[in-house]
Amino acid sequence: MNVSRRVRRLLPLALLLGALSSACAPNAPQDTLDPVGPIAKQLDGLFNPVLAVAAVFFFLVQGLVLFSAIRFRRRSEDEAPKQIHGNVKLEITWTAIPALILAIVGIATVITILDINKIDKGADVLDVTVTGHQWWWEYEYPELGLVTANELHIPTGTRVELKLESDDVIHSFWPPKLAGKVDVIPGHTNTMAIQADAPGEFEGQCAEFCGISHSRMRLRVIAQSPEDFKAWAADQKREHPASAPGGTGEVAEGAALFQSRGCGGCHTVAGYTQGEIGPNLTHLFDRETFAGSIFELNSINLRRWLRDPQGEKPGNKMVLPVPLNEDEITKLIAYLETLK
Amino acid sequence: MTTLELPPKPALPVTPLPPPVLRRPRSITGAASWFTTVDHKRIGILYGVTAFTFFVLGGIEALLLRLQLARPNGTVLSAEAYNQLFTMHGTTMVFLVIMPLSAAFANYLMPIMLGARDVAFPRLNAFSYWAFLLGGLFLYSSFFLGGAPNGGWFGYAPNTSITFSPGHNIDFWVFGLQILGIASTTGAVNLVVTALNMRAPGMSLLRMPIFVWMSLIAQFLVLFAMPVITVALFLLMFDRQFGSNFFNPAMGGDPLLWQHLFWIFGHPEVYILILPAMGVVSEILPVFARKPLFGYPVMVFSGIAIGFMGWGVWVHHMFSTGLGPAAVSAFSVATMFIAVPTGVKIFNWIGTIWRGSIKLSTPMLYAMGFIAMFTIGGLSGVTHAVSPHDRQQTDTYYVVAHFHYVLFGGALFGLMGGFYYWWPKVFGYHLSEKIGKWQFWLWFMGFNLTFGPMHILGLQGMPRRIDTYPAGYGFEFWNLVATAGSFVIAFSVLLFIINVARSKKHGERAVGDPWDGRTLEWSITSPPAHYNFGESPVVHSLDDWWHRKYTEDEQGRPVRREDHPGQPVPDSPEVANSVHLPSPSYFPLIAAFGLPVMAYGMIYRAWAVVILGAIIVIGGIYAWGLEPSAEPGGHDDHGPELPGPDGDGGADVPDDGPQELVPAGVAPLETAAPESASAEPVTGEGP
Repeated sequence: MNVSRRVRRLLPLALLLGALSSACAPNAPQDTLDPVGPIAKQLDGLFNPVLAVAAVFFFLVQGLVLFSAIRFRRRSEDEAPKQIHGNVKLEITWTAIPALILAIVGIATVITILDINKIDKGADVLDVTVTGHQWWWEYEYPELGLVTANELHIPTGTRVELKLESDDVIHSFWPPKLAGKVDVIPGHTNTMAIQADAPGEFEGQCAEFCGISHSRMRLRVIAQSPEDFKAWAADQKREHPASAPGGTGEVAEGAALFQSRGCGGCHTVAGYTQGEIGPNLTHLFDRETFAGSIFELNSINLRRWLRDPQGEKPGNKMVLPVPLNEDEITKLIAYLETLK
Repeated sequence: MTTLELPPKPALPVTPLPPPVLRRPRSITGAASWFTTVDHKRIGILYGVTAFTFFVLGGIEALLLRLQLARPNGTVLSAEAYNQLFTMHGTTMVFLVIMPLSAAFANYLMPIMLGARDVAFPRLNAFSYWAFLLGGLFLYSSFFLGGAPNGGWFGYAPNTSITFSPGHNIDFWVFGLQILGIASTTGAVNLVVTALNMRAPGMSLLRMPIFVWMSLIAQFLVLFAMPVITVALFLLMFDRQFGSNFFNPAMGGDPLLWQHLFWIFGHPEVYILILPAMGVVSEILPVFARKPLFGYPVMVFSGIAIGFMGWGVWVHHMFSTGLGPAAVSAFSVATMFIAVPTGVKIFNWIGTIWRGSIKLSTPMLYAMGFIAMFTIGGLSGVTHAVSPHDRQQTDTYYVVAHFHYVLFGGALFGLMGGFYYWWPKVFGYHLSEKIGKWQFWLWFMGFNLTFGPMHILGLQGMPRRIDTYPAGYGFEFWNLVATAGSFVIAFSVLLFIINVARSKKHGERAVGDPWDGRTLEWSITSPPAHYNFGESPVVHSLDDWWHRKYTEDEQGRPVRREDHPGQPVPDSPEVANSVHLPSPSYFPLIAAFGLPVMAYGMIYRAWAVVILGAIIVIGGIYAWGLEPSAEPGGHDDHGPELPGPDGDGGADVPDDGPQELVPAGVAPLETAAPESASAEPVTGEGP
């Protein structure tokens, strides 16, 4: 039985070590064990001591089971152990102690719940309305008059209060390093706060099963210094000359295709088209990702997407009854690249 | 001398034959008799075989999921196929595997452990089984009829509405679960009445075996929880079929209503899934440690506490839905406190084996494995109760790890232990210990390799219910490990099947009490006679069989009684032939058959088919009510029913009259010992 004993003893240890080492893995952009910003850190701060207590009970129980299996192993068939039916004092003790520990954990938990449910309405808070769609995220900044998609820009050192809504089914907004997830439910408005204290990019994805392309609904929070954020916001509001098609050649032809092939029916390009169904593309090429943040934004990926949006993200609303040919795609990309 | 002429004998009254449609089958042997059996032991075996088959199907579904997730950007399954498979995997394992496996054990063992001959309502018992089988087949037929359910086993609105799920997939889920709900609820009625009404003389409630207690509590939970999901499914059915808007916010409905209803069912459901297996573990540990269960009353009361408290924690499945700090706080604290009675059980189990004489036979390996693995699942559950951090944990692989540790590491470990423990009783031969030990260790290792890493994956940000994940997020390594682990589990299941197949021929023959057991099932032969007990046992204490075999010395150590034979003694032929049990019947199967007919009619909007199905169900039940309690001339017939002492027909108590009136020509077996020699009729269906 030596091998199995060792296996049993080592397995939990191996898992713990694995967990610790993976927590330090460089490529874990959604790692909740590496929280950034006060909100995620607060959640982590509550988890760590509870995990420690759980670990103590883990080792205690596993230890007792292993110990018993070895120490009280039957060595002869005429063993006749004392027929003990119980021990009231012991049973009371091992009921009371866990209850006490849980009461303490409970108090700490309730204090945190009350805190994270507070909505800050101060002047230096940024309000953003997040709307979940199948299968992309839309962001509206009511105070700034901006609408964008996929990437949520926020200024550092600022509490951002999110209003969470859904256009269709239940989704869940989750940037793990910054905050825990809160669902967006049609017919409801939920709230949550995020805050980053240093610039950075924080990835996340939808975390409530929302249909066939649930796994293809990602998001990015981009935290910038307040100055950079201001510049970005101002830029978003600018009506670029390129938003209104002009010029000749590929760009102009692409712009024309954008209308004639129906793109403008779903996608808004401020000053040119008005469409309510797909993401606002006015400043598409200021973004890093597209299509629900599943692709890095570049012409190769754009081409892939435009060739077969259904193949890339099954079931999504971008249905091309007649596929675009390569030439049309080239022209459209040329036009889209001017949307900055 | 002339022949003696006797006066003509009066014509003997003959049992009038019922109309042909109401004839009951006679035979209790042969392949066809399995379709008409009302014997709880056969029904238990049917449940076990069917549930195990679904376990293999659910396992294959899991292997396909794991193959898809072994690598980033997997191409093994399309997104649609993945969503159907994960939905069916969850639905199968919960409703078609763990619940019916628990029913298999409860059906087989509960009457015997209580000293009874069958459950309270044997035909209803058969009906429950057939409804289960037909419901499962109905659900699986969806794969061939346009696609299996794909909205998750939890079916959240509005994703499952007709708007977002226009095909028939969800309809199969709705109607399939309704049929299964009927199976479960009728089964619950049966088992609750059995435990409360059919205990042998002297068996007070606190002398019932702990397995019976845990099953009883679970069946009470079924009785109250199934109606809630029935309501939810009806509302969803109305939304999908008839244009109502219960879950449609645009018209005043609320998707959260679905979640509340589903989880008010769903949380008690998980205790339904675990309590019977806890009962199994509580039976195995004392036998293989040669010590009684530590703190039996506390084990009973903690089970009852879990049953009650389980109704007050459902919102912990909804911590991210924005219900506000008051609700979230209340349910966080309640969820923490349900860990207290659960933890008590863990410590009492350790107390049971402490200073015992532990034999690590296969059943014991599984039972101790349960303690170890369930503890891990319980601890991760406590971390979920810390609801602020649950915002990170929920909907990730951390939760997938948690519930597999409690459902697989808990329920399935326990039930596998039960297979090895009671196999010799049921079939009369042992499963191979050698294969069993290999099978256990592979199962244990495969299980931990598959689900251990999921804790890490979840905390590193991998959500659940995703058909694929991109490269570069740190998910690759542990997903590959988990996939490897799943194939180790598959191999271990294969070994179990091999063990079953080999042991039929090569397995060691079993005596009545091979393990030196404590409870009544070990006091009869292996396998038991079809009537279980020739004479009703009289119970004097908890663990009555053990106390008949052993007394205790001054130190409290067991000492064998010399006057006890040690092994059960088979009944004499007189006793064996005198016992009357209900005849088999066609109508449970017939009535159950009408249910999927109705369901298919509803899905395809073929109202004539719905009506046909309803006629089959209602007609089947009506005939069930009218058929005679025993087939004339069959094994259990004992003549026409005479008016009882109070003048009404069809007396239910045994009397000496009928034996004289059995028509001549019936085999001597039927006219053997008078009825009064057998025990009191113990079924609810008359003599």
